[in-house]
Amino acid sequence: MIKSELIQRIARRNGHLYQRDVETIVSTILDEITSALARGDRVELRGFGAFSVKRRDARTGRNPRTGAQVSVQEKSVPFFKTGKEMRERLNENYHG
Amino acid sequence: MAQGDGIGKPNGEAKEKRIVRTLTRSDLAEAVHRRVGTPRADSAKYVEMVLEEIFQHIVAGEDVKLSSFGAFTVRAKKERMGRNPKTGDGAQISARLVVAFKPSNVLRAKINGG
Repeated sequence: MIKSELIQRIARRNGHLYQRDVETIVSTILDEITSALARGDRVELRGFGAFSVKRRDARTGRNPRTGAQVSVQEKSVPFFKTGKEMRERLNENYHG
Repeated sequence: MAQGDGIGKPNGEAKEKRIVRTLTRSDLAEAVHRRVGTPRADSAKYVEMVLEEIFQHIVAGEDVKLSSFGAFTVRAKKERMGRNPKTGDGAQISARLVVAFKPSNVLRAKINGG
């Protein structure tokens, strides 16, 4: 499923909303999570999962093509931890 | 890329002192209420609906790609030997499905002050 399909599905279930409003609702949610992470905050959505930011220290890396050493600056990366309910539901009927 | 010049950017010394806030569904609902103008109760319902829709697709094993945010993909992990970190005992870890979140380049850039 991609974002436009998500918007269509929500719009179909809410005949009283304009598609434009549904687009705004979806982008507001994603923007809010993005700005929280940009501030270094976390977003915890029970059952669904939690978004947080992890810091990666500066390191010396290598260009995999040339083998040349390059210094990689410290950076922060977004991280998602799957919620308990999502993890359990996903594996309910899975046995490998 | 300039480092350490963003407001509240989580790096260097500032990071250690900064208090990390945790946002929840109600913060997302409040944002929807403010931006879309829908009543608070309805806004909370819409947030739940959006999360539920994404949730249902993921637990059905389907990938969910949200452009300029990121993609949730479901991966199958094989059975393997693990270890109880407390006791050091070996333990079999069963085959399972896991959710991987791959942040978009836009999200990565924003988190690094871009």
